[in-house]
Amino acid sequence: MTDIVRILIAKPGLDGHDRGAKYIARALKENGYEVIYTGLRQTPESIVKTAIQEDVNYIGLSLLSGAHNELFPQVIDLLKKNEADDIVVFGGGVIPEDDIASLMEKGVKAIFTPGTSIKEVISFIENNEKKNK
Amino acid sequence: MSFDKKMDEKFQKWESTTLKKVTDRFPERKQEFVTNSWIPSDRVSLPKSSDLENYMEKLGLPGEYPYTRGVQPTMYRGRFWTMRQYAGFGTAEESNKRYRYLLDQGQTGLSIAFDLPTQIGYDSSDSMSIGEVGKVGVAVDTLKDMEILFDKIPLDKISTSMTINAPASVLLAFYIAVAEKQGIAKNKLTGTIQNDILKEYIARGTYIFPPRPSLRLITNIFDYCSKEVPKWNTISISGYHIREAGSTAVQEVAFTLADGIEYVKSAIATGLDVDKFAGRLSFFFNSHNDLLEEIAKFRAARRIWAKIMKEKFNAKNDKSLMLRFHTQTGGSTLTAQQPDNNVVRVAMQTLAAVLGGTQSLHTNSKDEALGLPTEDSVRVALRTQQIIAHESGVTNSIDPLAGSYYVENLTDIIEKEVWKYLDKIEKIGGMVYAIEQGYVQKEIQDSAYNYQREVEEEQRIIVGVNKFTSKEEPPRDILKVNPNLREVQIRKINEVKNSRNNEMVQNCLKVLKEKAEQPDLNLMPFILDAAREYATLGEICGVLRGVFGEYQESIVL
Repeated sequence: MTDIVRILIAKPGLDGHDRGAKYIARALKENGYEVIYTGLRQTPESIVKTAIQEDVNYIGLSLLSGAHNELFPQVIDLLKKNEADDIVVFGGGVIPEDDIASLMEKGVKAIFTPGTSIKEVISFIENNEKKNK
Repeated sequence: MSFDKKMDEKFQKWESTTLKKVTDRFPERKQEFVTNSWIPSDRVSLPKSSDLENYMEKLGLPGEYPYTRGVQPTMYRGRFWTMRQYAGFGTAEESNKRYRYLLDQGQTGLSIAFDLPTQIGYDSSDSMSIGEVGKVGVAVDTLKDMEILFDKIPLDKISTSMTINAPASVLLAFYIAVAEKQGIAKNKLTGTIQNDILKEYIARGTYIFPPRPSLRLITNIFDYCSKEVPKWNTISISGYHIREAGSTAVQEVAFTLADGIEYVKSAIATGLDVDKFAGRLSFFFNSHNDLLEEIAKFRAARRIWAKIMKEKFNAKNDKSLMLRFHTQTGGSTLTAQQPDNNVVRVAMQTLAAVLGGTQSLHTNSKDEALGLPTEDSVRVALRTQQIIAHESGVTNSIDPLAGSYYVENLTDIIEKEVWKYLDKIEKIGGMVYAIEQGYVQKEIQDSAYNYQREVEEEQRIIVGVNKFTSKEEPPRDILKVNPNLREVQIRKINEVKNSRNNEMVQNCLKVLKEKAEQPDLNLMPFILDAAREYATLGEICGVLRGVFGEYQESIVL
């Protein structure tokens, strides 16, 4: 077991809706990943700091308050600044269709909107892992 | 032979003959039928002789103890519930426009949604507010914003509900100050502040201070309002968000009433007479898809609360025993897929709330899994209530499902299960301890997790999501909030700071700090003084953060 995938599930901003984030964290854990959950009200700075300290491969950002256009790109920028942009960022929550393209352009690798099955998240991670081998 | 025995014999015979003949050839769809919250459903519920013997004790009559059948003697024959759509976004100017539109459309009360910085006591200018200003509600930084928010809305003519918790005293102070400027006496004001911090720790997340100073602020409001703003509902003890976080119907009622018990205990501990404040306590529940379970839930909640207030707290006043509640249809039941289907879900949930005897109702808009609702979808949501009120006929008779063997049985089961939780929480030492230990959060999360697994495994069907799916165009016309709102609000704050008497503001904040350090003082008058001088929300909460500290979430996975 040399390459266990480590995932940080994070709640940026002031949003308190954590049902989705906690479900994803627990479901990924039960599927064999190592998962760290940040809890609420994390700044982009604290998320990136935790991600680097914990040496994660992925960051999953969950946001339902509408602040994704501001906060997701900030996480990406800070990863670059800290030379940690090998960490793959994906996002989820109430994210309007119109915003998805621009988030992907800025470097978010996948956006999972309401109703997404955990299988889709896992297949995203697995496909990505295969690419890296 | 007794009735029960006869019934039992008849039933067994039916099972072994009539029923068996059919099930041998055509088995039922499932081995086990359960409600949305996993309560086993009888194939067919039956009458018991005790139903009639216990009728007065368990159900009574409308407007009488234990209020199972409703808190008013006429219910909707007297007047309909208050149709109250939760709204607010962007600036105070934009929200004021939406409120006046809703009032023009026949809405009968306002319900103010604040943005997250306001709910967590940060000014728009704070770096914590980046990205969040005006997003999930209106941004209010100072009394000035509040004056604009209620411009041309006479505060003595409408009732206003404000979804505000940790900084509830500050927003109530802003509201009182606006009324003063409109020339309206405090004792004429009607409305509600949510002011329910315990469920913020459990489920909603907009806490600021630790539990004990938070409970002080809450009981300060109970005390202040009982004397100065007597028609104000000082708290809305909320199960809504607990259910949204994934709890069962039983957990929703149990944890909400346990929160209620904690508030009553705290207020009594500060020396307040239970009958002086208990009549102004109100509740807030969710209405989900399982129609009959939800109706039973509302009826059970009323009966349990009446018993708690009477037997545990010795309340004497009838008003203290009545569980009056607001309802919102279940946000988490809305699907992003085939959003038109949500109109049907909301209609069903509305029916449950009305058959359950709600005092006011918010109906969600079909597009809320996608973003903020548009004006058109909000109108359909309001019309749904009006159709149930005027066209469905269910408002003609009070508690029309009473006596349904199934509903009464479910009401009893929910009550029994709720008492089990209440006993357990009492053993833990009350709700503050139960939350600090993560017990409540863990119970809810387990339910949420099990629910979602059933959806994933298609044991639970969500139409349009895991069955009956169809290819769809991505939805258009979603409400967009101006991304530059933070700059707009910062400009407004600066204008206020340049025109107010800054020396007076500093003095008010200094006094507030001194008073906050003395735990036995009521802070409400000092917060009101600072509000009148245009101290910002962030300044006032900043002083209190300095004295009280901040809550740290106990993470449970």
